[in-house]
Amino acid sequence: MIAKPKHQRLVLVAIAFVAVLAAVLLAMWGLRDRAAYFYTPADVVAGKAQPDQSIRLGGMVERGSVHRLADGVTVRFVLTDGAAKVPVVFRGIVPDLFREGSGAIAEGSLEPDGTFDATNILAKHDERYMPPQMGNQAAEHQTAKTVDR
Amino acid sequence: MSGWLRFAPIFLLVLIVAAMLWRLANPPDTTVHSQMIGKAVPQFVLAAAVPGVAGLSSAQLADGKPKLVHFFASWCVPCIGEAPVLDQLKKQGMAIEGIAIRDRPEELAQFLARYGNPFDRIGSDPESKTQLAFGSSGVPETFVVDGRGVIRLQHIGAIQPGEIPAITAAVEQAR
Amino acid sequence: MIAETGLAALWLAAALSLLQLVLGFAPGMLKSGSGPIRAVAVLQGVLTLFAFAMLLLVFATTDLSVSLVAENSHSAKPLLYKVAATWGNHEGSMLLWVTVLGVSGTALAIFSRRLEERTFIAALGAQGALALGFFIFLLFASNPFARLNPPAFEGRGLNPILQDPGLAFHPPTLYLGYVGLSVAFSLAVGALVTGKVDRDLARAMRPWVLGAWIFLTLGITAGSYWAYYDLGWGGWWFWDPVENASLMPWLAATALLHSLNVLAARDSLRAWTIMLAMIAFSMSMVGTFLVRSGVLTSVHAFAVDPKRGVFLLILLAFYVGAALLLFALRSGKLTEGPEFELLSRETALVGNNLFLTVILGVVFIGTLYPLFVEALTGAKLSVGAPYFNAVVGPIALALMALITIGPLLNWRRDSGDRLKRLIIPALLGLAAFLILLIGVPQQGLLAKLGFGFAVALFPASLLPLLGRKLRRTPLTTYAMVLAHFGVATAVAGMSISSLTTSETLIAAKPGEIVAVGPWSIRFDSIRPAAGPNWTALEATLYATRGGGIETLKPQARFYTDPPTETTQSAILTTLNGQLYTVVGQQVGDRWQLRLWWKPMVTLIWFGGALIAIGGALALIGRAWRGWRKGSVR
Repeated sequence: MIAKPKHQRLVLVAIAFVAVLAAVLLAMWGLRDRAAYFYTPADVVAGKAQPDQSIRLGGMVERGSVHRLADGVTVRFVLTDGAAKVPVVFRGIVPDLFREGSGAIAEGSLEPDGTFDATNILAKHDERYMPPQMGNQAAEHQTAKTVDR
Repeated sequence: MSGWLRFAPIFLLVLIVAAMLWRLANPPDTTVHSQMIGKAVPQFVLAAAVPGVAGLSSAQLADGKPKLVHFFASWCVPCIGEAPVLDQLKKQGMAIEGIAIRDRPEELAQFLARYGNPFDRIGSDPESKTQLAFGSSGVPETFVVDGRGVIRLQHIGAIQPGEIPAITAAVEQAR
Repeated sequence: MIAETGLAALWLAAALSLLQLVLGFAPGMLKSGSGPIRAVAVLQGVLTLFAFAMLLLVFATTDLSVSLVAENSHSAKPLLYKVAATWGNHEGSMLLWVTVLGVSGTALAIFSRRLEERTFIAALGAQGALALGFFIFLLFASNPFARLNPPAFEGRGLNPILQDPGLAFHPPTLYLGYVGLSVAFSLAVGALVTGKVDRDLARAMRPWVLGAWIFLTLGITAGSYWAYYDLGWGGWWFWDPVENASLMPWLAATALLHSLNVLAARDSLRAWTIMLAMIAFSMSMVGTFLVRSGVLTSVHAFAVDPKRGVFLLILLAFYVGAALLLFALRSGKLTEGPEFELLSRETALVGNNLFLTVILGVVFIGTLYPLFVEALTGAKLSVGAPYFNAVVGPIALALMALITIGPLLNWRRDSGDRLKRLIIPALLGLAAFLILLIGVPQQGLLAKLGFGFAVALFPASLLPLLGRKLRRTPLTTYAMVLAHFGVATAVAGMSISSLTTSETLIAAKPGEIVAVGPWSIRFDSIRPAAGPNWTALEATLYATRGGGIETLKPQARFYTDPPTETTQSAILTTLNGQLYTVVGQQVGDRWQLRLWWKPMVTLIWFGGALIAIGGALALIGRAWRGWRKGSVR
């Protein structure tokens, strides 16, 4: 069966449309459970985060809270945002910029007992702030410009 | 190809460009905001950070006069750029208290000598404990504290010259 | 002086691109023949190349009076990295982008013989239009030759993570790919203007797309391997927005390549091919924008201020919008090609287009979704591997099934006889899948299916050669076979390494023996080490699995300028996998060690290389054929 040219064109247009639609539907299905929301410790303590869901938790590493366990590779610490605290446990090699008093984002999920089980830690790049309007240029360079003004 | 379908990609482009423009105008906010606004300052007593300038305690923040509490360090580069702004605020008659985090007296003295000292008092916070208690997570950050020692405003990052009126107004409101 | 010469050349080239645009589209110009516009295009490309050479010179000699050099280089850097620093920053890489754009235009002007004159002129005009916009951006918002007065004492160094031979090749390779697609875009625009979308257009466009696609394949493969050994996490693809930005043009280009084959062979799929040609370069431009605008955060991203982002966005919106508008207005004039049956190669390739477009779509949506959500609801979220693997995986498998079937079908109408040859490969694949399903207890259905499909595709990709006189088979057929075989190789590598990787994470004392997979590794000692601009703590590991003993020395490295710590993994490559070792922090008298045994992981990049070689063979094959017939096809 050979399709007539006019029909064939219609079919091809329909397939193009199906492609786009399929992509959108597939994406929506995928995004429903697999996008990771970002929460602060205050959000978590207020119960906004569901346990067992893959989320990101951001805050400051509380001074004096970092304890390395006996196995040498598991570390416990507390993430705080000034108002609330969440205990975190992480098994792995922490990134170089991970320090007490510094900012960090933990990826993982909340255990039923309220501990955050982290599978990945992202340490904040720099604890010095650059206003967004000044762009992301390194602090030294930008300040030289400010002083010259 | 049917009419509207041919123009559909252009609509999609417009939507995407709109979203991008929004994002460019509102950059991602990776700052951690303090939850302490509206609450009393945490209790603390900090030793002098630099010889010749008194240390700072929380009791002194509740003396009836609204103040700025400024977190900084000698190694904080944006603080250098901010120095003229703090000088300006000082000239306007504002009381500015400083808390130097994780710093050393020699370096701090050098910093103040080079860039000016707008602070009435400077407390030393070598482990950032007080900073964290304020809900601050980096430097420079400035808090407006009212006469009764309640935190009213948090300003993250260096204060820009254009923001001086806003800060002044905030301090006025904190009377 | 050198910098000023470079800047002057850029201005001249920009003016020429304006002239090129005018010559391409002004009414009446089309009648005067292609001589003038060719000359302009060649000159413009040459001048741009000259400007880039000046920038290279300025970096190679570490001229600290040029602002860009002062910010991104350092006199202590080895020459290779000084040169690489030229494109390791926004302005320099933007100049590289514009250079490739100009040189592509030059090559198009010189080498295109077969194309209809008016389409050719319009295409060169389009190329000039593309160049003009980016020249304006470069000259007014990203000047690479800006001077620093007074000159800096010393440069501020390149990010040490980027100080690596991989960096020297990764961006230029990718840019040759990204920007090479501009020619396809321009040809598509030219063809829409004149209304001539036919086999000649396909044959003219094909070598360009092939060339760009080869570079993109190499660039992505190399980039993946670089991230793998450099970042120290043992992963080879992170679905990072910048990685996605390089994948999306590749997906579009792959679909375009196959669509061009249909257009060239059968004069079919005209509108699709034109649309794909526009989408491919549009994805390149979107990628450029995403990486430089600060819109998406990523470890790879250049840091640029939002004003430049807006500029790039406007350029992007203008070019893509104009192209889409042109398509909307002119595609109605394109007549449809000859018909084909349900069971035919055309249908298989339509399916190929369909699946690749869907993958492109879901990757695009996933990459931009966080942005949309935050704009509309303020919620912050991230979309990562769980999403991408879940949506891309199944479509990729369907695509692999199509790869086994398509090459065996005739054009226009196929009886399906040859499909019987697929029974054995299919059974092999099924057997492989079942073995894994039963034998490997842990989860990983997608990986197991992937391996099954790969096992089926290995013999299936060779089937087109069955029953042919091998010496008289065209090189292009071998090229297709090799490229598809490469796909099977890469997927096999992904599946096996994902299912069978073993990992050991432990804090060990020097002298201890640690096991990972079949390996027994003795942690001998840890000692200081130093390099030209770094110091490190280097661990010595002795690994064996019953045969000889191998030595591995992973490091924890500290760079001085700017101060950064990095981990340098030590990798042992064997015939059946890689041993990947990383040393972490000191814990009392012990040291953290993270060790992986990754069976067959190198197949991933070996497969990528095979795909690229397949592409090169196709290019050579067509050039050879064209040369023998006396014209470039």
